[in-house]
Amino acid sequence: MTALATATQHATNSAGATGDDDAHVVGSRRLTPYLLLIPGLAWLVLFFVVPMVQLAVVSLEHKFPGYPGYYYLDLNVANFAGALSEFWPHFLRSFLFAGIATVLAFLLGYPLAYAMAFKAGRWRNVMMICVVAPFFTSFILRTIAWRQILADEGPIAGSLNALHLLPGGHITETWVAVVAGLTYNFLPFMTLPIYSSLERVDPKVIEAGGDLYANGLTTFATVTLPMSLPGVLAGTLMTFIPAAGDYVNAELLGSDISTKMVGNVIESQFFKVPGGYPTAAALSFTLMAIILVMLFAYTRKFGTENLL
Amino acid sequence: MSLNSAKAPTGLRTATGDLHLRSVTKRFGDFVAVDDLTLDVPRGSFFALLGPSGCGKTTTLRMVAGLEQPTAGSILIGDTDLTGSRPYQRPVNTVFQSYALFPHLSVRDNVAFGPKRRGEADAAAQADEALKLVQMGHLAGRRPPQLSGGQQQRVAVARALVNRPEVLLLDEPLGALDLKLRREMQVELKRIQTSVGLTFIHVTHDQEEAMTMADTVAVMNNGRIEQQGAPSALYDLPRTQFVARFLGQANMFDAPIVGADGDMLFVENQGRRFGVPKKRSALTQGVVSYGVRPEKLRLAETEPTELKPGECVVGPGRVTDVSFTGVSTQYIVEVPGFPPASVFEQNLDVEPIDTHVGDQVWLRWNQGHAFAVAPAPAAGATP
Repeated sequence: MTALATATQHATNSAGATGDDDAHVVGSRRLTPYLLLIPGLAWLVLFFVVPMVQLAVVSLEHKFPGYPGYYYLDLNVANFAGALSEFWPHFLRSFLFAGIATVLAFLLGYPLAYAMAFKAGRWRNVMMICVVAPFFTSFILRTIAWRQILADEGPIAGSLNALHLLPGGHITETWVAVVAGLTYNFLPFMTLPIYSSLERVDPKVIEAGGDLYANGLTTFATVTLPMSLPGVLAGTLMTFIPAAGDYVNAELLGSDISTKMVGNVIESQFFKVPGGYPTAAALSFTLMAIILVMLFAYTRKFGTENLL
Repeated sequence: MSLNSAKAPTGLRTATGDLHLRSVTKRFGDFVAVDDLTLDVPRGSFFALLGPSGCGKTTTLRMVAGLEQPTAGSILIGDTDLTGSRPYQRPVNTVFQSYALFPHLSVRDNVAFGPKRRGEADAAAQADEALKLVQMGHLAGRRPPQLSGGQQQRVAVARALVNRPEVLLLDEPLGALDLKLRREMQVELKRIQTSVGLTFIHVTHDQEEAMTMADTVAVMNNGRIEQQGAPSALYDLPRTQFVARFLGQANMFDAPIVGADGDMLFVENQGRRFGVPKKRSALTQGVVSYGVRPEKLRLAETEPTELKPGECVVGPGRVTDVSFTGVSTQYIVEVPGFPPASVFEQNLDVEPIDTHVGDQVWLRWNQGHAFAVAPAPAAGATP
């Protein structure tokens, strides 16, 4: 506040002063935006660019023959080829699980966001708190809690087993548990952008749909849904991208073999397999590249051009 | 939903004729927004619902559109009862106050929305024709956010008109426009209404707008229609305090009726008698509010000794304010024992303002122009 007051004072004084003073003020004003950029840029360079370069370097390193855990700098593209040929099923599984979780989160999140935006009335804030509340507990703890919920003796598997409705007898250690965990964990990331999109829709515009001979369903399909597409786009990306790279759900809710996702492979290559650093780095880069390509195709198709 | 499944695939009801509201009441909790309202709007007329905000005029409109359902009563077009049907089933379209255009659709697609939903094959062609009618054909490819307020308003009118509804509802459509544009659109809307011959119901709080455009004006207050009629008739002979004050200005004072002579009634205030024709008085005895419109009053700088037949006079009073408005000058005159009176004089002379603040004046008027209504119920309710 003091600084601002001083600056205003200075500007006021200089108005009547010499041209030199004016030039000084204009000059410092021109610099201000760049000065404001410095902390953000520094943060990005230090915590994004440097690690990325480091990761790229590691992904191209060569193992030192005979000395596991030692590497030398190289352009070893074979790391990528090897990673892909060995672990392509895990990539496929990651995108499949993330895709199913995204669709499920959309199917759950859209009605939730719609109810919050249009039907909740004075309950809106309570619902909002309920959507955000899980963030107050650790992601890992919540996922462990889901293991209890889905456990064989837990309420869901227990009841289904009692009714003989659960083939195999388990929910944990199956893909169902992993997808359920992913869906649960990323639901708020789907709901909130859609909600903020829907909240901006003027209810009168929806009324206009009804006034112009569109019944409830048609109005939703031709007015409400198209107007909320920016939120749907943001929500699906914010769910799919982290879900595709996630390993916590597969680790805690899945089995050791059949539900491993690419994140689990990276984790084990990095922490458990001796000499796995380059493979882990190559896998990370490949995952990033595939997601970028998918993202590009997706936004081109449902892109911002037709959105508000 | 299942109401009309046997009819057109959209469930649209065909109905034609005058619009009737029969004892329509709408309550929101304890609040009565519309109170036992009965209204007939002849087919093809330009009908204005005029009233202050909160008087129930927009609620009435929304019930006709189907956006609200009446708590009691029924709404008919011709002989078809539309009560309880959904908005999309009614041959009624609305021009919303905020226009409510679809921001994600082009202007053409906005206008074609209605015809498409009704399954018309040439929806785009119909849209282009409607846009031409409102002189927006050249902007059909734009999106609503790229248009100015006046242009959006025209698109909103076209979007409703294109459906050729039995009744077109306009919910304060000109409220957001500046004065000049509003005047233009008033003329334009009137022209469009005349050329298409549809029933227009126009909701507004702007009495000048209502009087300029409508064939019939209904003045609403507290959920009821106070009076309805041709604009000139309403202005000339208001039947309630509220109408007298809401539609134009009125100089009014409360006084008891003290006598009658032929077809005239007389009230007395400050020892003077003022006449009002019997047929222009809402009451024949007791205390009435006696009123005269400001342009019916004449200023005199000396006490008039010879009055024309039918004239009466009051004074002396003092001019407390003079405001020049171009075509006319408004004077505020205070006569002891009377509320401050407003007088409009047309500026016909070269030197328009020849009366100044503080001057002593008399007021005279033709008693044939006076009217009398029931006095305001509560003490101090008169402004």
